[in-house]
Amino acid sequence: MHPVIQVSALRKTYGSAVAVDEVSFEVNDGEIFGLIGPNGAGKTTTLECIEGLRRPDRGKITVLGLDPFHDLYKLQERIGVQLQQAQLQKRIKVWEAVDLWASLYKKNAMDGERLLEQLGLIEKRNAWFMTLSGGQKQRLFIALALINNPEVVFLDELTTGLDPQARRAIWELVRGIRERGKTVFLTTHLMEEAERLCDRVAIIEHGRIIDIDTPENLVSRHCPERTVVLATDDRTAGERFRTIPRVEAVICSDSQFTIRGRSDDLVTEVIHCLSENRIRVTDFRTILPNLEDVFLKLTGHSIRD
Amino acid sequence: MLRGLFKLTWIEIKIFLREPLGAFGTIGIPVLVFLGAGRVVGRRLPPAALSASTFIGVGLPVLASVLIAVSAVVSLVTIISIYREGGILKRLRATPLRPQTILTAHVIVKLLLTAATLALMVLAGKRYYPVGIHVPLLGFTIALVISTCSILSIGFLIASIVPTARFAQPISVVIMYPMIAVSGLVVPVDSLPPVLQAVAKVVPLTYTVSLLEGIWKGDPWRAHTGDIAALAAVFIVCTALSTRVFRWE
Repeated sequence: MHPVIQVSALRKTYGSAVAVDEVSFEVNDGEIFGLIGPNGAGKTTTLECIEGLRRPDRGKITVLGLDPFHDLYKLQERIGVQLQQAQLQKRIKVWEAVDLWASLYKKNAMDGERLLEQLGLIEKRNAWFMTLSGGQKQRLFIALALINNPEVVFLDELTTGLDPQARRAIWELVRGIRERGKTVFLTTHLMEEAERLCDRVAIIEHGRIIDIDTPENLVSRHCPERTVVLATDDRTAGERFRTIPRVEAVICSDSQFTIRGRSDDLVTEVIHCLSENRIRVTDFRTILPNLEDVFLKLTGHSIRD
Repeated sequence: MLRGLFKLTWIEIKIFLREPLGAFGTIGIPVLVFLGAGRVVGRRLPPAALSASTFIGVGLPVLASVLIAVSAVVSLVTIISIYREGGILKRLRATPLRPQTILTAHVIVKLLLTAATLALMVLAGKRYYPVGIHVPLLGFTIALVISTCSILSIGFLIASIVPTARFAQPISVVIMYPMIAVSGLVVPVDSLPPVLQAVAKVVPLTYTVSLLEGIWKGDPWRAHTGDIAALAAVFIVCTALSTRVFRWE
């Protein structure tokens, strides 16, 4: 694995406002890398600097060995881009857009019809852009991002504004892109999206990267707590639970127990304790921290605030 | 890249024709107005007076050409600013497409539409013209293409910097239509007050009118090398400036 994108000490200001500062990270070949953070954190600015659409004030960016700003046209032949809030001509037909995009690249484009088929747009090929639904528009933009068979694909807030069903369908498509051996760089403010889709994520806030790792590592590093919630009528249960190693708290209300601990084995230990003491339970569930909790922990506020 | 230009031009023509009122508004209405005007004037004047009238003989065709070219500028500016505001330009920017190619495609579309409108006018207006007028059609067409390119390049420049679609139309109207007033189209440049004559000297449209009128009347090309040089200079300067200041978003 070698990095296809290298960003070091990137800084970009708009007037007196600092959009991003000291941003550094690497994206490896063949992974889905996510830049996550709330709106206005600097995701799109970072992305557009990497795509060569904006000129950084400071810092060095290399994509596929090229400088995005100076080798823009060379780079554009090798990357695919989906932009936030982009539009096409209202009355352009789906197949015309794909056909036009295919003609813009020097190298041989992908088979547009097959691409539309894979993206589930084939029955819409003669529809005007303005008549497409949000999900269909995004799928068309994915098609346009893939038409030149790029090595790296950039997706900016791909599923914002889509309903959950369309969102899941898009996730499937993005995984498909990785399976074709391409590197995917995406931004999102949806933690669930990052968690389900990304191999590694960088958390960005106020223009600075806070941490970078796999979603699992981030969770276990910043939020090692495990919680088990169960219901039982057994009156001795509370005492038994307190003897489980590395349990930090047992909270009891009526017949419901909440058991907190920091060990990865907490769930196993609880189950072991239940079976050993033949405690009969009527409900059992685990609460595991996710990226949302990591974000809350690192920034002190929820990503939606 | 030529493939991209060709595709983009063709698609833009199709998109234009799909607009409600697109073809009718741009091609149909001028032709109808022209026909209506021809009817009114043609009834009132005997044929002899018509051939003597320089307005019908020279003024009207040139006026029509310039007006259509100017309205092409206004619509070019409007389209580009709508594309900019809608994020279409931004999306196109993330491809290897250059700004010149986008502008060129739109200019070709406008040129073709202008040509179609004028051709229809000539065909439809034939019956109102006195027979036997010898107009160097090929020469006039070439002069028209040179003029239109030059006028459209002013449109490039406006389109490259105009901030929003809302301003596009008024700004281009305010810039373009006063040019017509001093261009010699309405009143001969010689009979303008000295100040306006000086203004007319720097307004590109003056050279357009002089070139078009001259060629229509049958002047030799060498009589208009100055006009052509001025129009070429306008084209080069405006095009060069607009690719420099072109704003994608």
